[in-house]
Amino acid sequence: MKNKTVKNKTTSLQTNRRGFLAATGALGALSATGLGIERARAAGKLVFYNWSTYIDEETIPEFSDQFGIEVSEDFFADNDELFNKLRTGNPGYDVIVPTNDYVHRMIEAGMIQELDHGRIANVKNIGQTFLNPAFDPGRKYSLPYMWGTIGIGYRKSAVDGTIDSWKDIFDSDRFSGRLAILGDADSMLSSVKKYLGYSLNDTDPDLIKRCGEVLKKQKPHITEVADDNGQDLLAAGEVDVAVEWNGDIAQLIVEDDDIGYVIPKEGGLLWEDALAIPTGAPNVDNAYSFINQLLDADVGARIADYIQYATPNTAALRQMSSEYRNNPAIFPPESVLATCETATYKGEAYLEVISRTWDEFLAA
Amino acid sequence: MLETPQETFQARPGLFLVSAVPPLLWLALLFFLPLFLIWGYSFGEKRGLIDIEVVWTLQNYADALDPVYVKIFFRTLFYTALTTAICLIIGFPVALVVAFADERWKPFLLLLIVLPFWTNLLIRTFALMRILGRKGTINGILEKLHGSLDAALQFLGFAGLGTFQAVPMLFNHFGVVFGLVYVALPFMVLPLYAALERLDKSHLEASLDLGAGQIRTFLFVIVPMTATGIVSGLIITFIPTLGSFLTPDLLGGPDSAMIATIIARQFGDANHWPFGSAIAWLLVYVTFFLLALQAVFTARRESRLRQAGERATGQEHGAAA
Repeated sequence: MKNKTVKNKTTSLQTNRRGFLAATGALGALSATGLGIERARAAGKLVFYNWSTYIDEETIPEFSDQFGIEVSEDFFADNDELFNKLRTGNPGYDVIVPTNDYVHRMIEAGMIQELDHGRIANVKNIGQTFLNPAFDPGRKYSLPYMWGTIGIGYRKSAVDGTIDSWKDIFDSDRFSGRLAILGDADSMLSSVKKYLGYSLNDTDPDLIKRCGEVLKKQKPHITEVADDNGQDLLAAGEVDVAVEWNGDIAQLIVEDDDIGYVIPKEGGLLWEDALAIPTGAPNVDNAYSFINQLLDADVGARIADYIQYATPNTAALRQMSSEYRNNPAIFPPESVLATCETATYKGEAYLEVISRTWDEFLAA
Repeated sequence: MLETPQETFQARPGLFLVSAVPPLLWLALLFFLPLFLIWGYSFGEKRGLIDIEVVWTLQNYADALDPVYVKIFFRTLFYTALTTAICLIIGFPVALVVAFADERWKPFLLLLIVLPFWTNLLIRTFALMRILGRKGTINGILEKLHGSLDAALQFLGFAGLGTFQAVPMLFNHFGVVFGLVYVALPFMVLPLYAALERLDKSHLEASLDLGAGQIRTFLFVIVPMTATGIVSGLIITFIPTLGSFLTPDLLGGPDSAMIATIIARQFGDANHWPFGSAIAWLLVYVTFFLLALQAVFTARRESRLRQAGERATGQEHGAAA
């Protein structure tokens, strides 16, 4: 379920109902696997497998004209869809955009190939802090596309005082009956880990059990476990506080200035969507050219401006407006960022504990 | 009636075979094969991230019978049974109205029943959220009424009603059952309507003429004579409701997860296909059991009808003699 929402929502500036997007995404996926890919196997083609509307409208046509490469874009709704698509071999994708822990998962599964940085001159544009993440040390397999956080979106007029701790979400009746959390097991249990003062990459089963107990105890105060519509519930006034991906809330803030976004002082989850070339990609050369193009300063700035996500591209960032750079839902303050962590893939045994703990929470 | 297709089949076996091949192939490739694969996985073990080895272990089923999942199973069964019962109670009068309506109106009424299928379920569910929500349509109307009543009372010198409290209809059991009934109702009405349509209306006249009231006629004539339709309606409502995913997800709260939510997660972020397959197959086993029950019911009923028929014919012969 991971970033499904983030992408769908943020990007869908006009259409706010993710259902349409999910449906069109699925249709797109079907048609692309069937038809588009076959055609694209020939030289001069490229298949880009991306989150829906997670790129501006000019970049792809411009790249096509410049390089004489025909690009087809195909969409996935969440990382699991992407992962399951490549599970039994690459059906013909050249560039994909998995999220950090899935990058890690796909490296372990041999689903993505090593990158030759020598062929991507624009790597120089990427900020230093992004060049050695735990999920892909030395950036051997992936390069950053966009990044963001998980935090708390809230209706300012309905919240007295400030929200500064996860305590308000996980261990308090302060927002009883008007609180939504995310339906993402790992992200939520990881946020509880942060609340309890641990690293979100801590794999200790006893700690996860404890986090589960915290959630179970808090359950009577939780209105909804929202898979991908926390921001809609917030917008409609069904809840006043929603744990969400920043992009979803950032989009809402554009429409409604009574909405705020905050990352609790204990810190939260940092996510990053990365560009990678899946194993068995039919057009590897074109994939390199395309990734290089996306990391270009001008192109990167244009994309970031269009989709309103935080760019890891330092050269692009320099061109951005102060409005974008000072948006707290896009760029949290440095001091807050220092407390956040990026999730790594922690193995199947860990996933099993997480899944089991989450099911216990749902059954309680 | 039944003889005709059999005769055609016997007369032209070649034609029958040729026309049967495409649907059988379709069924085999797109239904039995995937189902069989999932059945195999349910006895499998994960090997690393992707591979599943079928080792004929029962561990996945044992895991699925853990109290945590049994609890969600029972919750699912409870929601489903309640939904089916409500559908029957609401659906029967609706089917009666359609079946006894003027011929000119019937197509229109039937159209109204299937009309919801013209829109995607997801969109209808989002619409329901807007209707049932704290700030939704129903609560909006209630708030207005509350306000008017409050003003009227205060005008007359009585104490006011206080502030309006929204009626919680969303993110709780009510929301889920409401949504499930909304989705399943047409499935109940249509087989009931079909059974009532076939019903020989002269039996009802006979019953009423012979002194039975409306209620007795309904209970002792209509219900037994449409029993097969009722059973079909119950089954065709029960089975899809059992696997509901979207409705509990969107209309339910943290306490409303049904078993399909758990299955979907096993194939998604939990990445545990063997376990997901085992839970999915537990649902298939329940379905098989229900269908077998239906077959037994129909067979027993038919044999009883046949016996009754033979007895009746025998008596006629006796009387004639």
